Amino acid sequence: MSTVIFLVDHAGGKVAKATGELATFAKTIGESVAIVFAANPAEIVSQLNTFSVDKVITATGDWDKNGAAAIADGLSQIIAAKKPNALLITSSANGKEIAGRVAVITNSGIITDAIGVDKELITTQSVFGGSTTVHSVVTTGTPIITLRANSIEPVATTSTPPVEEFAVTLSEAAKLATITSATPVVKGGRPDLTEAAIVVSGGRGTSGDFKPVEALADALGAAVGASRAATDAGWYPHSHQVGQTGKTVSPQLYVAAGISGAIQHRAGMQTSKMIVAINKDPEAPILELADFAVVGDLFNVLPQATAQIIARKG
Amino acid sequence: MAAGVLDRANVDAVLNDLDEYAVEEGLRIVEANSPTKEAGEGSGHSITLISMGPERATEAIRKALSMGADDAILISDMALAGSDALATSLVLAEVIKKGNYDLVLCGTESTDARMSVVPAMIAQRLAWAQLTFAGKVKVDLAASSVEIERVTEFGNQVMSAKFPAVLSVIEKINEPRYPSFKGIMAAKKKTITTISLADTGVAASSVGSSAAWSAVKDALPRPARGAGVKFTDDGHGGEKLVEFLVEKRLA
Ligand SMILES: Cc1cc2nc3c(=O)[nH]c(=O)nc-3n(C[C@H](O)[C@H](O)[C@H](O)COP(=O)(O)OP(=O)(O)OC[C@H]3O[C@@H](n4cnc5c(N)ncnc54)[C@H](O)[C@@H]3O)c2cc1C
Repeated sequence: MSTVIFLVDHAGGKVAKATGELATFAKTIGESVAIVFAANPAEIVSQLNTFSVDKVITATGDWDKNGAAAIADGLSQIIAAKKPNALLITSSANGKEIAGRVAVITNSGIITDAIGVDKELITTQSVFGGSTTVHSVVTTGTPIITLRANSIEPVATTSTPPVEEFAVTLSEAAKLATITSATPVVKGGRPDLTEAAIVVSGGRGTSGDFKPVEALADALGAAVGASRAATDAGWYPHSHQVGQTGKTVSPQLYVAAGISGAIQHRAGMQTSKMIVAINKDPEAPILELADFAVVGDLFNVLPQATAQIIARKG
Repeated sequence: MAAGVLDRANVDAVLNDLDEYAVEEGLRIVEANSPTKEAGEGSGHSITLISMGPERATEAIRKALSMGADDAILISDMALAGSDALATSLVLAEVIKKGNYDLVLCGTESTDARMSVVPAMIAQRLAWAQLTFAGKVKVDLAASSVEIERVTEFGNQVMSAKFPAVLSVIEKINEPRYPSFKGIMAAKKKTITTISLADTGVAASSVGSSAAWSAVKDALPRPARGAGVKFTDDGHGGEKLVEFLVEKRLA
């Protein structure tokens, strides 16, 4: 049977939701092995028991000190020792860098930003602004695959997988850069943009007033996104920009309010499962993408929808 | 100090949007550490552009030279067409090795390829420090060290390392300058050295589409999204929207 290892992503002692998706993918391929790099692995391992995990490998250490280089070094040592059939990592900025380094160290092919991987390790990617679906395979070494968050519904189970500690000896080259301080994102109560199941985004049509966008987002428990027109104007922080030069999101539901749907914006949201658009212009390109569209003024439509959702919740 | 700025020239041979930020940051580092407060001759530092792409990429390189970079190396070879991130990083790392650089600056993500892994791969290949996704860069020449503020979706980190290091900068780190008339004239006299794959010492068998370590099985146009429902607001648009969300179990 195939063995698939995946990197457990965690911050501030909490395991990222997308890690459950990696476990689910790993389990559909074969034996699912979680890899935990942490100063206190027990705290992380205890959160894995709702995921599809057959085995856990922990590496105890100060992994916050040297960043991607150190984790990549550790993962490569685990690959050399355990010879898994594939490595899965979440497609974040950090995840992709780790994956890239592991590919170099282990002489392996790499596929990034996949939205799926099957039993034969054939990956699915959505490219060119979501207009094309590509199936690929890694042909050399241990396939290194990074998967976007929200690609699959994580299967919830209960498991008490055996845990094995692996001793990593870091190379000097992995210690060249030092992290001297870290400031986590101020969460502001809203979910993380790239992880959220629902994203509500505003564009130039908001004329700088994001309140109706934020109110709907909060009613839906959603993250807030923005078009580049909105971030460039300084109406919303750049870290919330969705698109080619911003974040790529793939939520269950994407709501675009006052956004025209330029190709560069679509590149960041076109793989969303469901798209809803609110736009004054019946010809706006975003409407072609939308599963449901309201042609109208967002300043009327959003508050009405928000009030309705709050009323339904009672 | 010498900095290399990397650009995987894009199809239009327009200086890659993101890499303009890298060029600008390189210039600022030089200017902050130069007695003449100007990049170029007399600054005591130099900036070399390194670009991998077709011959027509020279247009983009000229633009970066007119911004103030000193010279450029263009790696141009038919054999490189279709190279993946692994091959690209291999070739660039070999070229960087032959120069005497302290810092390499890259854009975060080329607008033509969604593989933002090249800077990390180069750092790994060279065994240099990796300081990527920088929203701020501070160079301490006396200490031969560099400190960045790394900006990612999970927050910011301050990272530091001794030279040599591979940096990538995020969009918005600075406002890239427009080339001045003087800069454009000066750029005409600057040298662009075009080299072939053989000059880099990398074997042709390690690059190009045939050497890629992953293979595309098929690429299909995504089935058009089923025609959606379009509702023209008659005063009940918000309610209709919620009805739809409830039906789809999204609200
Ligand atoms: C290299 C490059 C990279 C880029 N990267 C990105 C990126 O990452 N992300 C991104 O988003 N863009 C990006 N862009 C910019 C992109 O091309 C568009 O300019 C941008 O997405 C437009 O933003 P917008 O839809 O908010 O504004 P517009 O295109 O101006 O659209 C505004 C829309 O709001 C509607 N509207 C106005 N008022 C109302 C109202 N009261 N109620 C309802 N609707 C209303 C209008 O009908 C219109 O459709 C990039 C461009 C380039 C060249």
